[in-house]
Amino acid sequence: MTDTNSPTPSASAMPDAQPGAITRFLHATEIDTRLLGMVGALLLIWVGFHLYPAISSVMRGGAFDLGLGNFLTPRNLWNLSVQTSYIGIMATGMVLVIIIRCIDLSVGSIIGVTGMIMGLLQAEYLPPLLGLGHPAIWIITAIVGLVVGVMIGAFHGWLIAYRGIPSFIVTLGGLLIWRGMAFLSASGRTIAPMDEKFALLGGGPYGTVGAVGSWIVGGLACLGLIYLLISGRSQRRKHDFPQRPVWAEVFLGAVGCGVILCAVLLVNAYPWAKGIVAQYAERTGQTLPEGTFISHGFAIPVLLLIGVGIAMTILMTRTRFGRYVFAIGGNPEAAVLAGINTRWVTLKVVSLMGALAGLAAIIVSARQNSATNAMGELDELYVIAAAVIGGTSLAGGSGTVYGAILGALVILSLQSGMVLIGFGDGSYQKIVVGTALVLAVYLDILYRKKVK
Amino acid sequence: MANTGTPLVELRDISISFGGIKAVDHVTVDLYPGEVVGLLGHNGAGKSTLIKCLSGAYKADGGEILINGEKVEISNPRDARAQNIETIYQTLALADNLDAASNLFLGREIVSPMGFVDDSTMEAETRKILKRLNPNFRKFNVPVSALSGGQRQSVAIARAVYFNAKILIMDEPTAALGPQETQMVAELIQELKAQGLGIFLIEHDIHNVMKLCDRASVMKNGQLVGTVNVNEVTDEDILSMIILGKKPAKAA
Ligand SMILES: Nc1ncnc2c1ncn2[C@@H]1O[C@H](COP(=O)(O)OP(=O)(O)O)[C@@H](O)[C@H]1O
Ligand SMILES: [Mg+2]
Repeated sequence: MTDTNSPTPSASAMPDAQPGAITRFLHATEIDTRLLGMVGALLLIWVGFHLYPAISSVMRGGAFDLGLGNFLTPRNLWNLSVQTSYIGIMATGMVLVIIIRCIDLSVGSIIGVTGMIMGLLQAEYLPPLLGLGHPAIWIITAIVGLVVGVMIGAFHGWLIAYRGIPSFIVTLGGLLIWRGMAFLSASGRTIAPMDEKFALLGGGPYGTVGAVGSWIVGGLACLGLIYLLISGRSQRRKHDFPQRPVWAEVFLGAVGCGVILCAVLLVNAYPWAKGIVAQYAERTGQTLPEGTFISHGFAIPVLLLIGVGIAMTILMTRTRFGRYVFAIGGNPEAAVLAGINTRWVTLKVVSLMGALAGLAAIIVSARQNSATNAMGELDELYVIAAAVIGGTSLAGGSGTVYGAILGALVILSLQSGMVLIGFGDGSYQKIVVGTALVLAVYLDILYRKKVK
Repeated sequence: MANTGTPLVELRDISISFGGIKAVDHVTVDLYPGEVVGLLGHNGAGKSTLIKCLSGAYKADGGEILINGEKVEISNPRDARAQNIETIYQTLALADNLDAASNLFLGREIVSPMGFVDDSTMEAETRKILKRLNPNFRKFNVPVSALSGGQRQSVAIARAVYFNAKILIMDEPTAALGPQETQMVAELIQELKAQGLGIFLIEHDIHNVMKLCDRASVMKNGQLVGTVNVNEVTDEDILSMIILGKKPAKAA
């Protein structure tokens, strides 16, 4: 029964057309075609922005010079990864919220208020108590930020699940209320600077794990991927389920590890600026020769995003909780009849969203090394757009964590790309992101129709 | 069939209303082990609402539920499951976006020692039980929204019989099925009955009722018209109870 050529159950779900080479390939590797589409769109955007300067120079009668492109450079892609991290982190939570047919409009304002609380705590309240630069300051601050995020989320979740107020209304109210609170917390002042250790969480030059750290991260990721493929295969064998052909497993492993290693090479190819190297040499008392190459490596917020992405994927696909989230989205009544405490699950989902907004607030305030009451403004829209571009259905019941992260990457690519090609004005960015959102959802509708 | 001893289930004097409409009005029915009791009546008679009080979907406004002679509180579906009551709802109550195995084990997932859902074991169990119920069933890895009405019904039936129910509630289980599949369900009912389960069967086809049920309770406008032993009456008697809402003289 482990015959790899035996028709698998999903064979009947494939389109009737003659299975061509591509269809057979996709079938054997079980690659999600929507994922493929998203990756394709992303690459298109990247290449487009990279070629734009060369093309526009040709249009103006100049020569076609690929060297003009500045999008596909280690520096830009590294920055893109950091910018994506906090939107991506929140988007993974928004997926769950949307799957259970709710929405959370308040995440941007939660960033504002928790960011202000953390700012005041580490800059004004804790130093007199513990002493400036005390090593516990950043830990206490971060924990308080997460707890405040959870508490706000839990309060919203309680109003939604146990008091029956629509999530749109609760979180629209939250959007206004928490933004107001953020202003009042310090009468509109900007709080700066952040604790030195805390600031590392934002991923400045020092907030990175360096070349060796990045290789370790990449190595672990490859091992994890290979383990997943092997254990998945042995599970299928144990139950006599149809298996992927060996070549497909090898292909998936090779592509996955290839992508991971390319990412490591990329972040390691972006060196510290001269000034940072000199500062670092002075601090550590070393003498570093002129032009020493010190890699950034992965930024801490990016590692946080990867960690959150993995944890949320496990939560959604491997735990009862995740199963219940999907069931509630698919058929709330059936979920109740199956004995699921749908209110409690709803409260937990919205609380989790609050926690992730708290984590995002840590990254944002650490990154800008200050806390302002306008932090996170409009982020709720980008987070929702990321989830939706990533294939989350607003009707509820379907969505993936990796899709949301890719969606965030698409949006941030558009934004930073617009800046690079000289349309840095916020209004162009908004137009482009808005267009991309509508287009992505339209393409998704067409795709679903075709699959049916 | 002589029903002596304590009934497996007694629904005593159950009432429930929705915004002034008495959907179920002081209805009393009972069920013995190894017995099939048909619940009959026109659409809107209150059959589904009555059994939902037993399955935990609704909480009755009045009346009491006894299992093996003891009064029990059933205030949610988990309470009912704890009493080994399994239900096939008229609407099937499937999460359309989940596959057959996830639906079958919904709320009762098999988890590994680490606490993670064990999808492959659940799928293997699902394949086993569905092979028995519906040998043509193949679509294990697609959401149940992609299944035909009959296949969906098979999943709902599999869910109800998998967990060793003692009391089975079947609300129009053959509504979406073809003649061949209906016959399989009929055989399943007889098999479960022989195993000593008590079954409440809501069914519109009078021939199936005559064939499968030991007793039939007829409802009209939320009230119980009466309960008859099926082998003591003709199908016309039962039809007239349903239509006229009166018990036939000879069976009274
Ligand atoms: N959740 C509900 N809300 C309001 N009315 C309901 C609800 N459930 C059932 N009813 C009403 O109760 C009556 C009985 O319905 P039902 O039990 O579904 O009948 P049957 O299953 O016998 O066809 C109908 O008048 C129906 O409209
Ligand atoms: Mg009904």
